[in-house]
Amino acid sequence: MSTLIRHHGGAIIIFTFVVALILTVVPLPNELRMLRPDWVLLVLIYWCMALPQRVGVGIGWLLGLFTDALTGTLLGQHALAYSLVAFLTLKLHQRLRLYPLWQQALSMLVLLALGQLLILWVNGIVGRPIHSWLYWMPSLIGALLWPVVFLLLRGLRRTFRVI
Amino acid sequence: MTVDHRQQHLESLRAGLSVVVYPIQSLIDLPGQTGKWLRESFATRRQLQEDNARLQAQHLLLQARLQKFEALETENLRLRELLDSSFKVGDRVLIAELMAVDLDPYRHQVVLNKGSRQDVFVGQPLVDAYGVMGQTLHVTPFTSTAMLITDPAHAVPVQVNRNGLRSIAVGTGALQELSLPYIPNSADIRVGDLLVTSGLGGRFPAGYPVAVVTTVTIDPGHAFAAVSARPLSHLDRSREVLLVWTPPTGAHTELLPEPVTAAEPGAPAAPSVGEETE
Repeated sequence: MSTLIRHHGGAIIIFTFVVALILTVVPLPNELRMLRPDWVLLVLIYWCMALPQRVGVGIGWLLGLFTDALTGTLLGQHALAYSLVAFLTLKLHQRLRLYPLWQQALSMLVLLALGQLLILWVNGIVGRPIHSWLYWMPSLIGALLWPVVFLLLRGLRRTFRVI
Repeated sequence: MTVDHRQQHLESLRAGLSVVVYPIQSLIDLPGQTGKWLRESFATRRQLQEDNARLQAQHLLLQARLQKFEALETENLRLRELLDSSFKVGDRVLIAELMAVDLDPYRHQVVLNKGSRQDVFVGQPLVDAYGVMGQTLHVTPFTSTAMLITDPAHAVPVQVNRNGLRSIAVGTGALQELSLPYIPNSADIRVGDLLVTSGLGGRFPAGYPVAVVTTVTIDPGHAFAAVSARPLSHLDRSREVLLVWTPPTGAHTELLPEPVTAAEPGAPAAPSVGEETE
């Protein structure tokens, strides 16, 4: 019976990704631009954790390509980072689900920083090194925001019964 | 990634993806557009009259200057014809608006609301009312992405307006600074000198103002002087920009759409004049 009602509420997943993409390019004051958390990656990690059978490396890669086209970066650098983070989240999802929220947030710090590290490497290789400690702030802020994102998306998932 | 970096085969894929994300960009741009529309619709009569008077005065002033300019232009052309030079004054321009979209904070890029439907091409120069702003990097049917002259990966061939000394202005990553790394210690350059595009390299038309020299530090221990300049265009404030088409002018035509391969023989040796090296 359970196989018959699988895959429900895909529109909600797409909607959250679109909102995340919008938040990625919404104009901010110049001082805050460097601090913008990676919304798309946060939402991606949540869905990888909650529905590992639906959202995974492929969707991460596709989202990365969209992010690259949207932000004008080298095509594929976000795709690489997102697919790796999605893969790790899939590997760890059973452990992550059991953690209390603050411990989850710590894990997010590691995952987000790993994604940023990959992007930093690619930037370094193509000759655009970034020399600023501020570069790592989005990971920190993303981890701090994780409880909010998690509760919000879980509320959405339960309300609309996304399976 | 390597393919995108080294070759330009993926431009069409990027264009496709950009069309998909175009609704997102226009959605984000919407509040700004609405605000502008509201401001325009609810402007008071007095305000409009004041604006009108001010613009009239400005128009008169510019018209007067233009009269002199036209005479000078014809004289200049006549003299250049005498010298057999292939130089033309007057370019076709199109006004584009910046979309209120934030890109990667570590790259100086902007999104314009004109694309290949309006014949915008990759490498097209971009100017505002005060000077050169940059060049287009990616072109999609509805929008295009432009790189500003202050991006660390951007270089523009310039010359000093006072004496014609040629050099290259490289972006530094700071919005108010360009650096001129290839100026010999003995060169005649001073604080306050105006830098204009030299037209070498074939990307930018000659004669547009680029920057004003702000500091010249001569250190005898180094081969080159450390010169920095402040861009004249309002890179962080302009909302309307001009896309420039240079009219075909003999020798320059073949070089125009190509990445720069052969600069003119007299140009200072530099590998990436006016070419984006992403």
